[in-house]
Order: sequence, then structure tokens, then C-alpha cells
Amino acid sequence: MPEGIFCNKKPIETQEELTALLGDTSGAQYYKEMKELDVDTKLLWTTIQNTCKSRIRTWLEICAHCGMCADSCFLYLVNDRDPKQVPAYKIQSTLGEIVKRKGNVDNQFMLMAMETAWAKCTCCNRCGMYCPHGIDMGIMFGYLRGLLYQQGFVPWELKIGAGMHRVFRAQMDVSEEEFVETFQWMVEENEDEYPGLTVPVDVENADIMYTVNAREVKHYPEDLAEAAILFHAAGENWTIPSQGWEQTSLAMFAGDWAACKMQVENVYAAMERLKPKRMVGTECGHAHRATVVEGPYWAGRKDGKPPVESIHYIEWLAEALREGKLKIDPERRIKVPVTLQDSCNYVRNHGLRDVAREILSYIVEPGYYREMSPNREHNFCCGGGGGFNGIGLFRPQRNKGLITKRDQILATGAELVIAPCHNCWDAIRDLEEEFEIGIKWSFLKPLVVSMLELPDHMKPEE
Amino acid sequence: MYEFITGFMFWLALGVCLTGMIVRTILYFRGLQWNLDRVAYKAYPVEGFKGAIRSIYKWIMPFGTHGWRKQPFMTVIFFSFHIGAVCVPLFLLAHNLFLKEKLGFSFVSINGGVADFLTWLVVISTIFIILRRLALPEVRILTNWYDYLIIFISITPFITGLMARYEVGSYSFWLLAHIISGEILLFAIPFTKLSHVFLFFASRAQLGMDYGIKRGGLKGTVMDW
Repeated sequence: MPEGIFCNKKPIETQEELTALLGDTSGAQYYKEMKELDVDTKLLWTTIQNTCKSRIRTWLEICAHCGMCADSCFLYLVNDRDPKQVPAYKIQSTLGEIVKRKGNVDNQFMLMAMETAWAKCTCCNRCGMYCPHGIDMGIMFGYLRGLLYQQGFVPWELKIGAGMHRVFRAQMDVSEEEFVETFQWMVEENEDEYPGLTVPVDVENADIMYTVNAREVKHYPEDLAEAAILFHAAGENWTIPSQGWEQTSLAMFAGDWAACKMQVENVYAAMERLKPKRMVGTECGHAHRATVVEGPYWAGRKDGKPPVESIHYIEWLAEALREGKLKIDPERRIKVPVTLQDSCNYVRNHGLRDVAREILSYIVEPGYYREMSPNREHNFCCGGGGGFNGIGLFRPQRNKGLITKRDQILATGAELVIAPCHNCWDAIRDLEEEFEIGIKWSFLKPLVVSMLELPDHMKPEE
Repeated sequence: MYEFITGFMFWLALGVCLTGMIVRTILYFRGLQWNLDRVAYKAYPVEGFKGAIRSIYKWIMPFGTHGWRKQPFMTVIFFSFHIGAVCVPLFLLAHNLFLKEKLGFSFVSINGGVADFLTWLVVISTIFIILRRLALPEVRILTNWYDYLIIFISITPFITGLMARYEVGSYSFWLLAHIISGEILLFAIPFTKLSHVFLFFASRAQLGMDYGIKRGGLKGTVMDW
């Protein structure tokens, strides 16, 4: 059977297709069909010829097979140093073979490549820092994911995720109305405590346009309230766009580059429509990577930058605390051992290693902060990056992958882990569930809200 | 025979090697595409250049990076091999006399004792490089016959050179073997994995530009290699 009903080479384009695929519980039929899915070897080879240029070809060619990348990969370390988990082996035996065979690979091969690309690599890019030749295998796995997606070999959840972006321009089925209404509802809920709290919608020329992760709208609406409270307390002139509010991109994890472009152009259109001075995104790693770091390239922007200056939430928060726009009550600072999870997507991949630490210097009582080892751009992936968290088929592999982070956290002796990234936050929550090491985990927003020193006019009437 | 291999063959090997390196380096950089690689190379030439230089500099310094410091044994054998493998061919007195005669110029020459020491260092570190390949499962799984062929092509000029140097058996035989193996090495450089002789710099420069521009460089973050 060349093309299945659910598993095929065609991206999800309509809500009906999306509903049908969601109805296939856990992708049971989807994965059954995948075992029969043909490989369009001609398309595969043509795509490689058109898109695999000197950077990746040279990487594949000059790899010295020295194995120095092995120790850099948490999945190698955590899987009892299985040689099949060496990054160079993983990429040479998948992308390397496809290129060597000029695209002549079969269904079995593609199934193996899919498992390698999504269950043996989180695209954390750490190996690239440890290769003497500067070979970044995370980048090559991202590229491989694109080839696999084009052929229909993509995990069920990510086919859905990419489809969501195509249909809703959001990673979940959240409409524009739902987004605005949820935000407004959460603001109303908090009005009594914070008089004057509002959520300005579609205001032009604001100082800040705020974008979020659809999960916040669907599952963690208190995050929206906290964002509003902090902008309000800082006296910011901010707004949310009713369209183009979703910053994330599961399409990036799926390798659906066309959907990545559609998604990010929607956000850029909001910037061009509302002309804010800056965009601030929520506490999410891959959302920042998708919209701020990679997005400009998908949208064909030659300067590699979004239409307006776009910053991560931690950059805004650090600035607000530094400039005294937000004041912290010293009595309410964190007084338990606390550590920080550096997110690969904006620390290793956008250089924001010192910003979160600056925030911690304001909100943690001196003496309570513990660094993980390694840290900053050398930190290990949380264990659930690159879509790993969300793929049911690879859940056992993901759970094993959490052990690295568990042990890093345990070594710090911290009771609280601050994770200003949705993916990391999820992974740390899951590792606590899985291993019960007795830690708490948090985004920055609720912590800062809990220790805010409000100006008198913002305090609730007695 | 000697005339032919030190004459025509020498010129051919040198010409193929140099032309090959130049052509491949040009093709490499022409093949970098800002939209496919997702790095705005041309928009930020200064930041890109700084990132590239730093990425190369850090990695050619022994123990200069986290990666080197993490694997001290590998670092020692790697640099022992490469320092000798680069310095002896270029700075051996006998080579320079040959160059002077052929090309009319020569590089500075190193003292004979130093050259002997470096050559032995190359040979000994090669033995360790091979042992490492055989001993460590994470390296063994990557290793194939091609890796050994590359090692063989790289080490033969040094071994034959030593044999000639100590006049083991027939000097003229070893000298001839040395020159032929050296020329094979020159021919192999542009067309095999030995292209890393120059593509190392290209590839390191590329990742350096990536970090220098996109992954933090424009934010003022200096990558901690």
C-alpha cells in the first residue's frame, strides 16, 4: 500500500483531516499504515540535490570518526554508553546512508531513520560544540527530519502538530476568539487584586507586543494573568495581537518547513500591522527559537531578524528588574536551595546565558542559588526537547532520557528548579512524576508575581 | 625513475594538491547559502569573521576548548600527531633544500634532532590513534576500512622517511618509497577525507560564523568553546 488514509506524504490542510487523524487514538492505524508506506526515492534524491549543499555535505565527508562527540550526548551517556547512540554514528547511519545511496532506501530504513531522528536526538546541538571539525549533528538531524516529514515518516503527534499550525496558526486548536477571550477572562479574574489590570488587544504602536504559547491558553491560563500583572506592575504600554499571537512551532519539530513559514509569517504580519517597538515572547525555548532565531530565515528575511526587535521573556524581565520598573520585596525572595535549567533553544542557540542569572540575583536570597554542572551553553538538554516530550511512541526512550537531568538536579541539592521554558518545565515535571526526587519546578512569572512590591496605587482597596 | 618522480610527478602531485585545495575551498564557501543554512553570512561580515577566527583559534590550541579538556588522552595524541605531521614536511632541512632547488624558495628549517623527535612523535601517536580506534567501542563503531586507508596514506611517508634517515637496508629504496608515498599523500589530500587539511578551517569557520552571527554573537555573547 503506497499511501495510507492517515499516514501519507500529504500534510494536513483542513480541520476535517485534523479531526480524523486525532480520532485515530495514539496513531494506532497511522503507525500500521506507516509500515507499508512507500518511499518516493526520486523525490528524496531531488530534494537532497536541491537542499543539501556544501555545509552538510562537507560535514558528512570530513567526519574523522574520532568519537569525540560521544560524551557530549546525554542520550549516549544515559543509555549505558551504547555505541549506537554516538551522534556521529546516528547521523552517518541515517542521513549519511541516504546521501551515499542517492536516496535509494526502503520503508524499513525510513522507519529506523525516524526513530533515530526523533527518539535518539533532541536537536539540542550540544555535540556540535564538542566536535573538532565543528560538525553540528543537531542541525543535520533537523535537516533529516525535513526529509522524513516530506516522505510521511513522522511521529503521529507531530504530523498533528504541524497540521494544527497549518489550520489554526497555533500548535493547538485555539481560535483567535478563544485566545482573546481567555486572556480577558484571566485578567477579569485578577482585577480585584490588581486594580486597573487590563489586556490591551490590537493596540497600534505599543511599546510591547506580547506573544504566547497556545498551551498557556488551553492548559495554563494563569500564565496569561501573570504576564498581564507583570506588564501592568511595570507600567508597560503593551498589547496582544488577536492574530499572530502564537509564538511556538511544532512544525519545526516535525520538519514541516512550509508550515514553519506560514506560522512565523503570521506573527510577523501582526508586527507589521500593529507596529510595536518590540515583541516580547513568553517563557518558552522553542517558541523563541522558531520565531526569533530561525523564523526570519523561513520568512526569507536576509538580515536574519524579525521585522521588529524580538526578545525572550527573561530579557524583558531582567530589564524591568534592573531598571526598577518591577520591585522585589526582599523578605519574599526565594530562601530554599534553587537551581536554573538553561534552555538549549535560547541559551546555546541564542546566547542568553547570563540573563536568567541576572534575574536570579534579584529574586533569590544570597547563598541559595546552585549552578547545575555543566551549565550555560554547555548544559544538557532537559531530556524532552525537540518534540521528544510529546511523542507517545517514544515515551519509554524519553523517560530514560530524563535521567541525565534528574542526576544533574540531584547533584545541586536544589529543592526548586526554575525552568523558563515550556519544554524544560514539562520534562522536569515528568521526571518528578517518574522518579519522585522531591523537587518543585516553576516558571519565573509566578515566582516574581509572588514577591512583587506593588506601588500604592496598584494595591487593592481595603 | 628518480628523475621522473622528483620531476614530473612532483610537479603534478603538488599542482593537483594545491589546485584541488583552492578549488574545493572556493566551492565550499560558494556552497554556503544563507537561507538553507539559516545564517545571515553576508549581512554581518564583521561578526561572522570574528566568530570564524575564534572558532578556529580555540580549536587549534591544545586544551583550548571544553572538548579538548574533557579528553586529555585524545588531545595529547591528536596534537602530537598533527604538530609533527604539519611541521616536519614543511620545515625539514632536506625538504627545504629540495624546495629551494625546485621552486627557488624554501621555508625556515628546523634542527635535525627536533625533526627526528617530531617524526617519532607522529609514528608513536599514530600507534595510539589506532589502538584508541580498536579499544573504545564508541570509536570502533564509527571506524571502517577507509579510516585505516587514510591513516596508512598519512603515515607511510613518515615511516619511509625514518627508514631512509637511519639507512635501514637500501637508502635509495627508502628514499624512492618516501617520495612516492609523499606524492600519493599530496594526490589524496583534495579527494579524500584528508581534505580536512583545509576543510577543517572552512567547516570550523562556518560554525564560528553561525555562533558569531545567529546563535548569540549579535547579542554580544562570546561562545565558550
